[in-house]
Amino acid sequence: MSTSIHLSAGQVAASLALVALAAAISYWQKADLERDIGVATVRSFVQLTAIGYAIKLIFEADTLWLVFGLLAVMVVFGAFTARSRAKKVPGALWPLLIALATAGATTLGLVVALGVFEPTARYLVPVGGMVIGNAMTASAVALNRLGDEMADSRGKIEATLALGATAQEAAAPFVRRALRSGMITLVDSTKTTGLIFFPGTMVGMLLAGASPTDAVRLQLILLYALLGSVAIAGLIATALAYRNFFTPAQQLREPGA
Amino acid sequence: MLFDLSDVSLVRGDRRVLDSVSAAIPAGATAIVGPSGAGKSTLLRLLNRLADPDRGKISYRARPLDEYEPMALRREVSLVPQQPALLEGTVESNLRYAADLAGRELDGAHCLGLAGLEPGFADRDVAKLSVGEQQRAMLARALAQEPAVLLLDEPTSALDHAARDAIEATLAKLRRELEISVVLVSHDPEQARRLGDWVVRLQDGRAIESGPVAELMI
Repeated sequence: MSTSIHLSAGQVAASLALVALAAAISYWQKADLERDIGVATVRSFVQLTAIGYAIKLIFEADTLWLVFGLLAVMVVFGAFTARSRAKKVPGALWPLLIALATAGATTLGLVVALGVFEPTARYLVPVGGMVIGNAMTASAVALNRLGDEMADSRGKIEATLALGATAQEAAAPFVRRALRSGMITLVDSTKTTGLIFFPGTMVGMLLAGASPTDAVRLQLILLYALLGSVAIAGLIATALAYRNFFTPAQQLREPGA
Repeated sequence: MLFDLSDVSLVRGDRRVLDSVSAAIPAGATAIVGPSGAGKSTLLRLLNRLADPDRGKISYRARPLDEYEPMALRREVSLVPQQPALLEGTVESNLRYAADLAGRELDGAHCLGLAGLEPGFADRDVAKLSVGEQQRAMLARALAQEPAVLLLDEPTSALDHAARDAIEATLAKLRRELEISVVLVSHDPEQARRLGDWVVRLQDGRAIESGPVAELMI
């Protein structure tokens, strides 16, 4: 793991040719994503450069408080980002904050407790970033689906409430589907990993000159940790968020109320 | 009185759906009639606390509605919505779900019979039923809870004449065979006359009259 590669700014700039290609395809096919592609490119450059310097400082300072601070910032940004994908879910921010924080803390806590990684900045920062990022995506997808399901199934949910079911009982089939859709992408990509695509960590390690065995082992650890974290995040986000659709008297709230 | 409504108002957005409604609903069969948009379905939803009024009081058997535990109230005062909304699965699984919620032993064939369905419907997938059959399955599902009051929201609105007559015959039979009160929403005054003993007439969210069908409906 001591090997490393050095890339020049020119090499990064050259890779922008692919961004131009993506924008050209979007323009040609009228996908109307050119602006989003531009924003994504600039944001990724600024954010990754900033986080690169932040990580450098945190590695040098070698104190866990800074690590926890950085992870907390990731949780907050992740929750806000996921909320923008869950517009139909009232009060989605708190469920997302709790979901991402719990997923991050539990997953990192377990891998450290099981002796998989040392509790140092070098491991916790990148692994925490991946865990929180994947938890964010999963809970955003889950809550997006939950919002659609609850909006489309108001009649069914009210008919079930009308039988004397609790909000939890009436929402259960839709919460279940939402959780499933949040987790399914990672489960499917984990099934096909190595066959259809090479995951990022493994590619990065191979490019950096690590042995294939080390690259595979690290990738497997991360994939398994991510499976746990998306399950925790999806479960908590959906289990907390569905409640916001109901009043304390087990009534379905009016949309926008 | 079964239900007593006093000065009940409900606003949705900038629309006053119910405007100072005061009315009494006795035991037996009551029809809530009025044109579309009069607030009939909303009023029905208030009676088993699927919604609460913004203002005013509703009591059920002389006790304020908000003193009842909502889930227990809904098992006793069962609402069958206008649009069939069965859970995925068979008719039987829907009936069992409802019976379990109410803590009742399920006699599926009996409930299906009351709703005018053959026992063979128990194993049918609800997705493969006609709208009329779904309406009946919804009724059977409500009956599986052995409620004291049935709230029916336009139970025949989606049906042709033959199916409507069959449901009306079923409701008349239910009244004869069970000690059950029915509050029925209908936009059809003829149906109110055929099925109701008592009528509450709504217009633009206001109760403009209520009383025995024989006196109010010409």
